[in-house]
Amino acid sequence: MSTPRFLITASPHLAESDSTPKIMWHVVLSLVPIVGASVYYFGPSAVLVTGAATAGCLLTEWAFGKKGTLKDGSAMITGLLLGLILPAGIPMWMAFVGGAFSIGFGKIVFGGLGQNIFNPALLGRAFLQAAFPVAMTTWPVIRENWWALRGDNLALPLMSAKEVDVLTAATPLGLMKFERTATELGSLMIGATEGSLGETAGLLILLCGGYLALRKFLNWRIPASIFLTVAVFSQLLHWLDATRYPDALFMLFSGGLMLGAVYMATDMVTSPVTNPGCWIFGCGIGVLVVVIRLWGGLAEGVMYAILLMNALVPFINRATQPRVFGAQRRTPKEAAT
Amino acid sequence: MAHRTRFRHGVHPPELKELTAGLAIRRMPFPGEVVLPLSQHTGKPAKPIVRVGDRVERGDKIGEADGFISSPIHASAAGTIEEVGLWPHPTGGYQPAIRIRVEQFSAQVPRPRIIPDWKGLDHDGLVEAVRKAGVVGLGGAAFPTHVKLQPPKDQQVDTILINGAECEPYLTTDHRTMVEYPERVQLGVRIMMKALGVERAVIGIERNKPDAIERIRATLPSDIDVTVQPLTVKYPQGAEKMLIDAVLHREVPSGGLPMHVGVVVHNVASVATIAEVFETGLPLIERIVTVTGFGVKKPSNLIVPVGTKTRDLLDACDGLTDDAREVIFGGPMMGTAVADLDAPIMKGTTGVVVLTQRDVKPQESYPCIRCGHCLDACPVFLNPQQLGKLAMAERWEEMEQEHLMDCMLCGCCSYTCPSNIPLSQLFTMGKAALRKVKAA
Repeated sequence: MSTPRFLITASPHLAESDSTPKIMWHVVLSLVPIVGASVYYFGPSAVLVTGAATAGCLLTEWAFGKKGTLKDGSAMITGLLLGLILPAGIPMWMAFVGGAFSIGFGKIVFGGLGQNIFNPALLGRAFLQAAFPVAMTTWPVIRENWWALRGDNLALPLMSAKEVDVLTAATPLGLMKFERTATELGSLMIGATEGSLGETAGLLILLCGGYLALRKFLNWRIPASIFLTVAVFSQLLHWLDATRYPDALFMLFSGGLMLGAVYMATDMVTSPVTNPGCWIFGCGIGVLVVVIRLWGGLAEGVMYAILLMNALVPFINRATQPRVFGAQRRTPKEAAT
Repeated sequence: MAHRTRFRHGVHPPELKELTAGLAIRRMPFPGEVVLPLSQHTGKPAKPIVRVGDRVERGDKIGEADGFISSPIHASAAGTIEEVGLWPHPTGGYQPAIRIRVEQFSAQVPRPRIIPDWKGLDHDGLVEAVRKAGVVGLGGAAFPTHVKLQPPKDQQVDTILINGAECEPYLTTDHRTMVEYPERVQLGVRIMMKALGVERAVIGIERNKPDAIERIRATLPSDIDVTVQPLTVKYPQGAEKMLIDAVLHREVPSGGLPMHVGVVVHNVASVATIAEVFETGLPLIERIVTVTGFGVKKPSNLIVPVGTKTRDLLDACDGLTDDAREVIFGGPMMGTAVADLDAPIMKGTTGVVVLTQRDVKPQESYPCIRCGHCLDACPVFLNPQQLGKLAMAERWEEMEQEHLMDCMLCGCCSYTCPSNIPLSQLFTMGKAALRKVKAA
C-alpha cells in the first residue's frame, strides 16, 4: 500500500468560514445601496467623487502596501467611505488626494491592515477639511437636474473649483446651528436633504448596517450605544430648552451620525476588542457628537468625535479586560501591565 | 428563571456526527500485529516486563506502571513479542513501544481470570483493581483513573460528574456507548460512587444526543442519587471546567482542579470501561473508536484492540478515499494530525477523523483586524488577540501575566479567527517555552 502524502497541521483542524477578506467584501457590498442612493440624489457627481476617492485609495495601497493586500478589500472600503463623506461638488483631484492620504498616512505608515489607530477614511476627510475648507463646506442642493454636475468636479489638479452656476444650500445641521431652522424629519430619514454624499439616507444606512450586524461583521453594541447616548443626551437638553436644542430624532438622522455610527465607528481595527469597551467607546462618541454639535464651533462633530475616541481605544481595551475564568477580578494595576 | 445549562462563550462548529451517530458498534477483526506504546497516558511511561520472543495471552501484563501517576500496559491480543523498541507515536516522532505478532489462529480467549467482586471491595480494593486494569481517562487526555479516585484526604468531594457531552465534531464514541451500553455506564457510576464515597452523581449529555439521554434516563437506578442533565450544544462543553460550570454552576479556581470545588469528572467511556473490568476481569485492552470523516470510505464505530495500527484500522473501514488529505487522532478541534499510518491506536484515542482536501482549513492567514471574535469565543475569558501578539514577539513572560496558563488549548480562538491566525498553536509554543524557562 502506498502511503498518500498527508497534511500535518496544528489543531483546531476546522475553521469558521468567515475570513477577513470575506468580511471586508461584504462591507463593500453593503455600501453599494448607499452609494446608489447618493447617485440618486446627486447624479453623476456622486460617481465621480466616490470613484476618485476610491481610486486614490486603491492606487496608494497598490503602490505602497504589502503585496496582494488589494485583494483583502480594506482599501476599497476606505475609498468608498471617504467618497461618501465628501460634498458632491468637490473637485475630483481633491477627492483623489484625500484617498491617497487616507491609505498612505492613515494606514500604511502604521504598518498596514490592522495596525492603524485612526479610521483611515476619517483621517482623510480631516486632512481635506484642513487643506480645502471652502470646497469641503460647499453643499450643492439635491433638487437639480439629475444629470448636471453639482460643482466643478472636473477642476484641474491643484486648481480650486471655479465658480460654477450651482445652487448651494446649508445642511440641516448648519440650518439648525446658524439659522435655528429645523428640517422636516421625513426628509432627513430618506435623505432628501443637503449634506455629504452618503450622509443622507439614514434609513438605508440602518438597513445595510443591520445586515452586517446580523452576520456579525460589525459589533452592534457600538452603533447602539452611540444612538442611545445621542438620543438620551439631546432629548434631555431638548426638554430643558426646546428653542435652543433640537430633539433626539433630528440629532440622530441629521448629518453624518448614521454613516459614522454604523460604518466608521465600527471599523474593527480602530474600535475596542471587548464588548464592555464597545459600550464605553460608543457612549464617548455619542457625548462628544452632542457636545461638538451644540456647543462647538462646528455644525457637525461626528468625525472628530470618532477620531478622538479612536485615540482612546488602547486605554479602553486595557481597562475592560474580562475576568479570567476562576480568577479574581484583575486589579487595574495588573491589567495595566 | 430557567435553569442554566451552559457555560459562557465557546463556539458552534458544525457537528458532522450524522456520519456515524446511527451506526451500531461492531468489532473489528484482530490485526496481524499490535504495537503498544509504553506512554499512552499522562504521567510516567510504563516499564516493559517482557522480552522479545516471549509468548503472551490476551490481557497479560507486558508493561508495569512506573510510579503513582502512571499506568500498566496489557497485551491486547495473544501472540509473540516481536520487538521492544522505538515506533511511530501518534503525537509525532518515535517512542518506545512493544510490538506483538498476533497469533493467527488463536481464539483470542483470555486466560481464565479472577473477576474482582466490587460489592465486597472497600475503597482501597476498588482503586487497586482499577489501577491494575490499566484504566485511564478515555476522553482523550488519558489521565490515570486510579489517581482521580484518590483525592487528598483534605479535599471534600460531593459530586461525580459524568462527561457525556462529546462536544468534538464528528465523534460518536461516547454517544454509541450510552445508547448501546447504558447498564454498563450505570454500573460504572455505581462503582465509582462507592470508590469515592460520594452520594451524588450527575451525567451531563448534550441535547444533540436525544437517544442517549433517553436510554440513560431509562436505566437510572432508583436506590442512589444519579441524575441526567441535558446540556446546551456548544464547544467545548466537554472541557471539565466548562462542564462543571454548566451543570453545577461552580467555578473551578484558576490553576485549580475540579476537586477544589468538590467535583470529580469522569468520561462516560472510562466509566463504562471500569464496569467492564468488574464484569469480565479483563484490563483495558480494547476501546470503542469512531473512524469517520469524508476521507474514509466506510465510517464506523468500532471496538478496536489497543495498539492496532492506523493503517489496519482504516482498512477495516474499507480504506481512504482518493482525496483524503489529513488523518487526525481525536476530534478535529483538539486532535493531532498523524503523519505515519503505522502509529497505533492508544487507550486515549477517541476517534480517527480523516479530512478531505475540501474539509481541511485554508493555510493562508491575514493580519489581525482586532475584531474581538476570539475574546467572545474564549471559554476562560482570556484575550487571545493580545496573547497572540505577545507570542509572535516571543514575549513569553508577559504571556504568563496575561494568564496563558489558564488556556486549555481548546482552539475556539483559532476556529473563530477570520484572519486564520494559528492562535492555539502559538499558545502551545508559549506554554512549552515557559516550561523551558522554568526548568532552566
